[in-house]
Amino acid sequence: MVFATVIIVGSFFLIVGTIVSKGFPALSWEMLSEIPSGDFYMGGEGGILNSILGSLYIAAGSSLLALIISVPIVIYINMYLKKSSWMGNLTRLGYDVLFGMPSIVYGAFGFTLMIYLGMRASLLGGIVTVTLLIIPIMVRTMDEVIRTVPKELFDASYSLGATRLETSRVVLKQVAPGILTAVLLAFGRGIGDVASVMFTAGFSNDIPKSLEDPASTLPLAVFNQLSSPVEEVQSRAYAAALVLTIIVLLISISARVLSKRLSKNKI
Amino acid sequence: MTFETPHISVQNLNLYYGANHALKNINIDIPNKKVTSFIGPSGCGKTTLLKTFNRLHDSSLEVRVEGKVLLDGENIYDKNAEVTSIRKKMGLLSQRPFPLPMSIYDNIAYGPRIHGERDRHKLDEIVERHLKDVALWPEVKDRLKSPASRLSIGQQQRLCLARGLAVNPEIILGDEPTSALDPKSTQKIEELFIELKEKYTIVLVTHILRQARRVSDYVAYIYNGEIIEFAPTEELLLNPKQKLTQEYVKGFVS
Repeated sequence: MVFATVIIVGSFFLIVGTIVSKGFPALSWEMLSEIPSGDFYMGGEGGILNSILGSLYIAAGSSLLALIISVPIVIYINMYLKKSSWMGNLTRLGYDVLFGMPSIVYGAFGFTLMIYLGMRASLLGGIVTVTLLIIPIMVRTMDEVIRTVPKELFDASYSLGATRLETSRVVLKQVAPGILTAVLLAFGRGIGDVASVMFTAGFSNDIPKSLEDPASTLPLAVFNQLSSPVEEVQSRAYAAALVLTIIVLLISISARVLSKRLSKNKI
Repeated sequence: MTFETPHISVQNLNLYYGANHALKNINIDIPNKKVTSFIGPSGCGKTTLLKTFNRLHDSSLEVRVEGKVLLDGENIYDKNAEVTSIRKKMGLLSQRPFPLPMSIYDNIAYGPRIHGERDRHKLDEIVERHLKDVALWPEVKDRLKSPASRLSIGQQQRLCLARGLAVNPEIILGDEPTSALDPKSTQKIEELFIELKEKYTIVLVTHILRQARRVSDYVAYIYNGEIIEFAPTEELLLNPKQKLTQEYVKGFVS
């Protein structure tokens, strides 16, 4: 028990420690507020604002899109299909498989789809691909949460003459903190994934101005800089990783605060 | 036993849980504006029978229902029967109170709202009236906006009763509604039932024979999915005719 705790907490601090110690000195206002200049990856001027915004756009856009798609799916398999119906179980199995699928497969799929549709690598392409990647995470997480809702709560609403749609709204209220957790997990996965956006979102030194522009992401910026031979650029990679970590941390904290507020009425 | 105008009339009802024949050829008339109790050992089917009255088995894949349940003469298992309006006619109290995840006020207002009541003043009035009905008003009138989950469990059960009453049902179904409550809260709920039977038909599932005696006018003894005996309370508890009933109520002398 102690051993397990030491390993987990230890490795956490080791990773964070490395990122902070190597990344913090390289972190500067310039880094956060400017886009890369032409020879940025060889040690030139500039920052990673394009990647920060690209990542945020992709992660936020895909989380929102995935939420809009996932909630009706989860409601359908839990409220409209009968309990342990083959269709519901097949859906769950399908999402379990998709959950475990490496993100490069989504990247390749998204890429193929874009070629078929005649799209170029773009912010939209990245958002759609990441959405596909995180839908299984959202669906399965929300599904597990809804399945913990006591049957009596459903019965209580039904016995007042509520329809399934009206009852769904009550159930969603009950599981709101769980849904937030699902979105957070999905957001974290979406913002940190490289393989799915490598081909689909493309790469650009500019801030994307529309959905059709290619966009860079933070993980990609880390990857590109880390593979540079220049030492200064390598330490910038850690700074980019630090920024990514801070974003995830901030999202986590705000989600927790929000979650507390949402569980106020929970039974 | 038959009544002239039974509120609920169950005819040749059979219910299967998969291969398990849980209710066997049930025939019973529930009298209007009386308290009828179902007693029997655990797992005998009394709760299952109660839930057939508002079709709460609908969402279970394994459950199959055959036969008729007539509510005011209309079969609720008819293909054209509208399940939400049937359920609206019956308030349900479950074993443990399950307030909805909202404020005290919203819990009561939920039912009227889904049935189309939007007027704030009317909702205020409905909430106040039904909280008074269950004697909860003085305890909560200053914190109507606070979460229902903060109430004590006895208060929650009365809230659930008020919530059920707010949709103007004709029938109250109680599934061992006092089994999670302390004696004092139990007494309050029982007193409410006796008061409420002036206006409502009440069907109660209970395993407490004393409770059945205190509150009910009629008692049905259910054993192994069958109705063994159905009679006025005193008669069934003190002078049962069937051997199985005699064995069950044997220890009950007061």
